[in-house]
This record gives sequence, C-alpha cells and structure tokens, in this order.
Amino acid sequence: MPRVTLEVNGQNRAAQVPAGATLLEFLHDGLRLSGVRAGCEEGTCGACTVLVDGRATRACMITASACQGRRITTLEGLAHNGALHPVQLEFLRHASLRCGFCTPGAILEAVALLEDESRPVTKRRIRQALAGHACHCGMHARIVAAVEEAARKMGRLHGRDDQARDPGGK
Amino acid sequence: MPEYRWPEMSKRKVMGKRLNRLDGVEKASGRAKYSSDLNKPGMLHGATLVCPYAHARVKSIDTSAAEKHPGVTGVHVVSPAGTEIQWAHWEVAFVAAETELAARDALKKIKVEYEVLPHVVHEKDLNKVQSRAKAAGEQIEGDPDQALKEAAVVSEGFYGIPVLEHSCLEPHGNVVSWTPDNKVELNPTTQAVTSIRGDMARAVNVPVANVHVHQDHIGGGFGSKFQPDRWGVAAAHLSKAAGGRPVKIFLDRQIEQVIAGCRPSAFARIKLAANKEGKITLWESQSWATGGFTGGGSPPIPYVYTRIPNQRKNHSAVSTNTAPIRAWRAPNHPQASYLTCAAMDDLAAKMKMDPLELFLKNVDLTARADTYERQLKKAAEMAEWKKLWHPRGDSGRGPLKRGLGIGVCTWGGAGHDSTARCNIHPDGTVEVELGSQDLGTGTRTVIAQVAAESLGLRVNDIRVKIGDTNYPPSGTSGGSTTVGGVSSSTRKATLNALEKLFEEVAPALGAPATELEAVDGKIQVKGNPAKSLDWKAACAKLGVKTISETGQNIPRDAPKEGLNTGGVGGVQIADVTVDVETGIVKMNRIVAVQDCGTVINPKTAESQIYGAIIMSICGALMEERVLDAVTGRMLNNEMEFYKLAGIKDVGEILVHLEIDEINDKRGVIGLGEPPAIGGIAAIANAVANAIGVRVPIVPMTPMNVLNTLSGRMS
Repeated sequence: MPRVTLEVNGQNRAAQVPAGATLLEFLHDGLRLSGVRAGCEEGTCGACTVLVDGRATRACMITASACQGRRITTLEGLAHNGALHPVQLEFLRHASLRCGFCTPGAILEAVALLEDESRPVTKRRIRQALAGHACHCGMHARIVAAVEEAARKMGRLHGRDDQARDPGGK
Repeated sequence: MPEYRWPEMSKRKVMGKRLNRLDGVEKASGRAKYSSDLNKPGMLHGATLVCPYAHARVKSIDTSAAEKHPGVTGVHVVSPAGTEIQWAHWEVAFVAAETELAARDALKKIKVEYEVLPHVVHEKDLNKVQSRAKAAGEQIEGDPDQALKEAAVVSEGFYGIPVLEHSCLEPHGNVVSWTPDNKVELNPTTQAVTSIRGDMARAVNVPVANVHVHQDHIGGGFGSKFQPDRWGVAAAHLSKAAGGRPVKIFLDRQIEQVIAGCRPSAFARIKLAANKEGKITLWESQSWATGGFTGGGSPPIPYVYTRIPNQRKNHSAVSTNTAPIRAWRAPNHPQASYLTCAAMDDLAAKMKMDPLELFLKNVDLTARADTYERQLKKAAEMAEWKKLWHPRGDSGRGPLKRGLGIGVCTWGGAGHDSTARCNIHPDGTVEVELGSQDLGTGTRTVIAQVAAESLGLRVNDIRVKIGDTNYPPSGTSGGSTTVGGVSSSTRKATLNALEKLFEEVAPALGAPATELEAVDGKIQVKGNPAKSLDWKAACAKLGVKTISETGQNIPRDAPKEGLNTGGVGGVQIADVTVDVETGIVKMNRIVAVQDCGTVINPKTAESQIYGAIIMSICGALMEERVLDAVTGRMLNNEMEFYKLAGIKDVGEILVHLEIDEINDKRGVIGLGEPPAIGGIAAIANAVANAIGVRVPIVPMTPMNVLNTLSGRMS
C-alpha cells in the first residue's frame, strides 16, 4: 500500500492507504474528520467538498495519492484561533443549515470563491459556484443570502446588485 | 399544580424570538457527529448484496468462498434458498469484514442462483395492470348521476404523479454491537430514537431493556427512517457472530436510492362538474397508486374541498415489483393536492373563469372557509395575481410563456406523546432530557427556548440532551408532531421542577412558594424584584439535592390543556415561465401563506417552509423514479440522474407565516409537513396557465412539456 503524506489543516498527516483510496476515505475514514461528509460518493452532491491548495475539490473524485504533499483544508481547519470564518458565521445567522449534512461542502465551496482574489465575486458567481451542491432540506435561498453577506463583510462583493430581471413571457 | 399555559405573546422573553440554532456552531465547524461518522474501536465494516432481478426465487446460495475471504468475520444471509424476491435490490446477504474493501470483495464471492420470474413495475396504465390492482370498493356521496345531468359544465382530465425517492444525503444505516452479555448498542440514523429501541429488541429477540440507542445528528429522513430495517438487524447478527465487535453498515447510494425510501404514486381520471356560477357540484374519480409490492398509497381526494355534495370514487391499489413505500413528508397529501387542484384549475379554464375566483367561490366546501378565503386573497396579493394572471394560454406570441397557479394544503400537526425530564442542580445548571431527535428542524433549539422561558433563564443556561434511550421516552418525528410534543412536555417538566425549587427557596425569601416567580435569572416574590435571589443562589439552597421532575404531553389530554393542537391550512401560488421551444420550466417565484399556532422560533419555522417549497419544486420539475420495463430495475439510482433542484433552479420564495394573537391562542402546531403539500399543484397549474394545456404527468421535465405541446401525451 502506498504511503501518502498530506498537509491537512496545517499539520502533516501520513497514512498507508490502499491504491485507489479517495481523498474522502483518507480524511473521513482514516483521519476521522467529520467535517468531510460522504453523501453520494459519485461527485454529484458536493457534500465532501474540501479545499486542495485553496481550490474547492470533491474529495470523493480524487485519490489520496494524487494529493501527495498538497495543502488540504477541511471544515475543521477553517476557524482561526477559535474565531469562525465569516462564511461560517453568516451560515449561523441566516439559518442556512438544517440537518447539516451538506453544510461542510457548501461552506468550503463559498470560502474558495470568496478567498480567490484573482476574480471578482458577484451575486451571479455565488449562485454559479453553489449550483452543484445538493441540499435536500432546501436551504438554498438562505445559503445564498449567507454567502452574499459574508462576501459583503469581506469586502469581496463586486458589481451592483442584480436588478430583478423580467423573467419573460406574458 | 403549576399553570402550564404559555405566557401571553407580548410577555414572552425567549419564545417567539428569532434565535440561531443551538447546534449551528458544531454543524458549521465540522464537529457534529452523525452515526455514519462513527469509527469505534474494533469496528467491522459491512457490505450489502442485493438481487438484480425484480422478481425471482432464490434457488441456491453458497457463501463458503466469501466466508474464507481474508478479513471476513461473517456472512449473514437474509434471503435463503426458496425466498421469493419481489423487487430489484432486495437484500440477499450481508458481509462483515475488517475493512470495507474486504467486505466488498467478499460479496463478489457469494454465489446465488436465481429462478427469474415475470415482473410488473409500471402502473401508469391501469388497464395493463388489472391483475395487480385491488379495488377498494366504490364510495358514493349524494347523487352523482343526478348532479351530472344538472351540471352546467363538466371537465374531465387525467393526472399522474410518480414514485419519488427520499434521497437522504446521509444514507440509511447504523453501527450495531451485540455483545456476549446479550446487550445491543445501536447507533442508527433515525427519526425514532425511542421506538427503534423496541423494534430492534423484537427483531433480535432480546429484552428491550438490553438495547441502548444513541444518535446525535441525522442527515435527512423525510419520513423514511423509522425502523431498524434488514441492514440493522443483519449488523446485529454479524456483531454477535464476531463476539460483539461493532458492525457498521451504511447503504451504498445506488442501493439507498432504490429501497430506502419511496413515496407512493397517484394517478386519476377525474370528472368535475359545476353550475353556471362555478359552484362545484360533482366529483368523480377513478384513481390508482402503487406503494410497491405491498400496496398502499391512497390519496385523500377530493382534497381540502372535501364537501363537494355529490361524489363517486373508485380507488385501486396496484402491487408492483418495486420496493415498499415509506412515509414521505405529508403522506399522500402532495398527491391529493395535485390531483384536486389540477382538476379544479382545468374546470376553471373550461369555464373561462379565473381559477382564483373558483377556489374562492367554493371555500364553503372546505373545513376552514375563513382560513382559505383569507389565505387565497393574501397569496394572490403577494403573487401580484391581478397584474400577472391571464386566461389560460393567453400568453403572448413569443416562445417564453408566463403563468400562475394555485395549490392548497391541510394538515394536523398536534404533538406526540412525549416525556421530558428537567434536572436542576445545586450549582444552578439545568438539564432537559428527552429521548427525542433533532431532524435538523431545530428541535434542540425550541426545547431550550421553552425551558428558558419557563425558568426565567437564557437559552445558553439550558443543556438540552436528546437522542438517547437513557432519557425519557419521546415520540417519533413523523406527522409534524415533534414540536408540539417536546414543547409541551418540556414546559411541564420545567415548571414542575421550578415548583420544587420554589418550595426550597420560599423560607429564604419569607414568602410562600406559591407567591414566587422566576424572572430574568432570579427567583423573586411576585412583582417584587427587591425580594429575590439570583438563580445560582436560589439553587444553592438545594444543598446536595438535585431536583429531577418530569412532564408529559399526552395527546388525548392536550386539547384541553391548550399547549399544542393540530389543524392548519395553507395556500401557495407559483409563478413560472416556460420556454415552449425547449420545454424548460423556470421558477420565477413561489408564494406561501401558511397558517400556524404558537411559533416558538420564527426563524426555524420559516426554514420549514423554505425547505418544503424547494422540495415541492424538486417534485414538480425534476424528481421521478425511472424504471426499466424489461429488467424491472431502476435506471436513475444515483444522484447524477436523480435530479434535485439546485440554487439556480428555485427562483424567489416569499413566505407569509400567519403569526398573530388569534393563531397563537391555539398552542403549538407542527409545520414540517403542511408547506410541503401544495407546491406541486401550484407549479403544475402555473405551467398549464402559461402554455395553455395541461401537462398531465409530473414532473414537468422538458420532455414531458414538449410531448404535451406536440400532442404526444394526453
């Protein structure tokens, strides 16, 4: 079995993993991180999203060995010195979570978007980024509201607010 | 006995506040543990072998090679030779092994020979499944034949709504150990912490007292997670065989989507008649539904407008070779709402009448005429009905057609049987314990709000302990019964405990216990803050004694106590735009006006409605179980092709929760289910209004919309 070393939430973590083991298995089953959730395990629901070198990545769709030496951030690693990230805080304030199973993926997807300073954040891009995250409790509107507010507080929300567009048709 | 009634709305300090949920921080920071996260010392991993055929008999099963596979500790066969299998993905055997990989590899070594038998999986055409249909017998009210003769207008239609899958993000499963001392430890993902204990005890034949259940969080249930199921019982047996090591079995997504949750379908040919003013005089329906092989699923039609004077109803339950139904958020109501509201909308279109007018004109046929009249008008105002509605099909010449439609709901939602225990310790800490569960709806938070309100404390002063059978029994979370049950039992337990505290503190305050009150973190003589002790000092009077008192909500006594009740109505109006060239339905807006009782936390209450509406959008536009007639297997049993609405699919959602003094006097009423009922009907009617014809079968996928427009579907 290959030995894989990853930097997980600021610490080097090494483990022997079966060939083909996913990053999800490494983090959730191996390191027992419950901030990485196994939903569909086929890349569709987004619950297992983590940051790999800052990019939102579905942990079920990449092998652990492909992440050798890379920097992984899970939900557990988001708070700094006990202070929650603005996206986490706004999720609480906006009641953007219910059962909480999809929450880690949605938060990390939003964090990746808001912290990527190479591109401006707009309301449209927020919706685009989160479009692929399944939430069967139906907190869509509140997730968007939370991320928009976090973007505003981080000074990252660009462009004028989308005007209510005429949906078309009589 | 304390006065249990809720304090007046204007005097509440914690209840009614839009507080953040108590489990929010742990859920938003990754600390929340679900049973599927458990990784106990010595834990074995299970894997599930299912049958590929929709109908078959097991001729033989040979597990010897699997048992010898390295790492395997046991194979548990649930479908031995001779078993007649009635649906695809029926569980045949379970394997436990040191690793998940070993368990999966061992599965492949189980040799099963099947005799494949003929199957039926589709129920849409009743004529083709007559041999599988069981008629319930005709029901007649009034004189339908005479009503038909006298009718000014008669509208006929065919409508259908398919089987849906519950699609919980956390699949069904559990971690179970059955140790040599005959004790069973169960960590399920369940809506029924208290009752699953007895179900498991019966299934493995141990005394109930030997079973302990614990669950912190659940990743979705929606009505599908009440029983230990075959995988739970199998995990127990595999644990016993391995000397009591814990066994973890969670279903693979591909199995989960097929057997761990089905909402029954409903199809109907409906005839509605009215006089020339638009008063409905007749309902005739020939309806059928499948609830899987075991049948079940009979929508209560006509829905809400139940008092149509003349009715003829025939319903058949169709047995198909598909997995059995599980309760789905408001069982049978979304189907009934769709069948009824679509037929009413078609009647209005035939009469060239505004459907809002038809729904209003007939409110006397409902059990809550005032409520529905008020709600229809309010929803119409919020949806800009006057400005945006147009007669059916009068949608302009371009390819984008906009339309509005109405759906209605009703539900009970009175509290279940629940016992709470309140412990007040000498150091001032307060625990509230219930064998209940928080489905994500905010149960922990409302329990804390009720306790804090009753004890004159803040929410953070209360430690809510749920999800464990060491706590007093509390009902299952089904039927929107949880909030009424746990709030009432918590109210009683906390006030009973407070009464005991008053007795201990009374001498120090020089007043009789009956003259004390708990306000703002103090115990004081009523209306006299000068004669008070703060909470900690008051509790210190207990010495070494802890007060532990229980309170129970008993459903049959609840109406006279007034803490909780049932019975709500609601109206939803959808606003859609349909592209008739692509068949794509886009949600512009959905408006929900929802009746309620005492609302403990408006924020979590509104969340119920937001979530319910989005679930309705999924059901109206995307979700369906697609089965292959030839193999009898489900074709879209993974989440790439089993579609759920995403953030860009849902449009604007406007919620009006009718929180007011009058409704508040009714006590607490559950809100989980009612808002999940009317949305499909509203969206379906909006689509018909937009494109000028009825898409008879939901979901209104581009294919179904285009087939309807081209006349290929009727």
